[in-house]
Amino acid sequence: MRITATFASFTTAAAIGLASITTPAYARDDAPYITLASTTSTQNSGLFDAIIPLFTAASGIDVHVVAVGTGQAFEIARRGDADSLLVHDTAGEQGFVADGYASERADVMYNDFVLIGPADDPAGIADAETAAAAFAAIAEIEAPFASRGDDSGTNRAELRLWDAAGITPEGEWYRELGSGMGATLNTAAGMDAYVMSDRATWVAFDNRQHLDLLFEGDPALFNQYGSLVLSASKYPHLKHDLARQWHDWLLSDDGQQAIADFRVKGQQLFFPNAKPDARTSTAE
Amino acid sequence: MPQHDSALATALALILERDPTLLGIVGLSLQVSLSAVMIAALVALPLGAALALWRFPGRGVLVVALNALMGLPPVVAGLAVYLLLSRAGPLGELGLLFTPGAMVVAQVMLVVPIIAALTRQQVEELHHEYHEQLRSLGLSRARMIPTLLWDARVGLLTVVLAGFGRASAEVGAVMIVGGNIDGVTRVMTTAIVLETSKGNLPLALGLGIVLLGLVALVNAAAHLLGETARRRLG
Repeated sequence: MRITATFASFTTAAAIGLASITTPAYARDDAPYITLASTTSTQNSGLFDAIIPLFTAASGIDVHVVAVGTGQAFEIARRGDADSLLVHDTAGEQGFVADGYASERADVMYNDFVLIGPADDPAGIADAETAAAAFAAIAEIEAPFASRGDDSGTNRAELRLWDAAGITPEGEWYRELGSGMGATLNTAAGMDAYVMSDRATWVAFDNRQHLDLLFEGDPALFNQYGSLVLSASKYPHLKHDLARQWHDWLLSDDGQQAIADFRVKGQQLFFPNAKPDARTSTAE
Repeated sequence: MPQHDSALATALALILERDPTLLGIVGLSLQVSLSAVMIAALVALPLGAALALWRFPGRGVLVVALNALMGLPPVVAGLAVYLLLSRAGPLGELGLLFTPGAMVVAQVMLVVPIIAALTRQQVEELHHEYHEQLRSLGLSRARMIPTLLWDARVGLLTVVLAGFGRASAEVGAVMIVGGNIDGVTRVMTTAIVLETSKGNLPLALGLGIVLLGLVALVNAAAHLLGETARRRLG
């Protein structure tokens, strides 16, 4: 009898546990929501914490952000697991539209990449003319360089710069970490390595140790973010109406203003640059 | 959340200020891991006991496989559950991905092998000791399972706690299938990863101390429960 009672109470407890998991009490999903696949840079800087409440207040729609590298964000969207996509790899985004996964892409905002390194700057990149020249100087003395190595938007941009410098980065000095931006900065700080970061993550980053911003301002370091509307015909189960409202809000005056108003330590980190007429779209 | 230079001060402030964000994260961590452990125990305790009592061809392989699965990397379990629950996967229709339910499923996968393998070992030893008596009582093997589980309950409590430790400590699985969504699927371990990647190390370590305290509380509660039961039932 005792045993049966134990198992009965076990079952009841498990049932209660499951029920509480499936009830919307603590998940805020009694309100309508969309799932947004986006990048670590937008989340780590705190941008979403600042702008999503404004969108939710205006629309009643909550946004569940899954922040991953751009490569993984594309994969999540390709499998139909996200309603919307906000990433920073313009070439990849255009390919996503061309391949029929997304029906529309639009510029939302930009910031820039910056080159970070040990404050004493052994490669002297602070005086470099261009970002490619700075990369060449690092490779020249084989100073430690921490690469994301995770197929993220930042990683893809970094590899394009090595290409522009005519260098195939390899050897013990070039360390592919396979990590997010913040984790890569932590590691770079630990081994006094050079590293390329998006400005937003760098400004919001607290564990700098000896690292300093050494090089910035080359147009090649421009970092464009785009919002994608996923294909309604390919993914009929997604919340297209709600995702469309989010996409339109990002491009609206209100959304653009919210992005411009976001500050960390007094610095503006993202610069809105939506041009409604510049949207690329394909017929559904 | 509070910001201090030292992790200990941060941990203290986190507890004293009863920050609502933190309480939500702590509540979700407990809910997910406790649910996972309860479901896993319901499956794995009888499974482990059955494996201890029955002899059949391939049993050795099954035992070794179960023991090996105790070392299943959480990220692999997470990936498997992700592919299962993804829209493009076989159970995509359920719409469970990026919800606490998906996190429970992934943790169940991690905890079942631990509880089943350790239960098998404990029940097997007990059965070795008592099987003459049990047989003289005329119990069938199926009837022996609840009896042996009940007799082994003190040891099995530790087994279940080991499962809870595994569930509450892992980050690889819940990160993939939960997505670390603020206010929805963010638990203690994924919050620690996030704060670490922001370079906010004192807060990350402070959260770690809070998590450790939480696990200690659950263990203390289980210990008291075990002691009370032992005293009352002799």
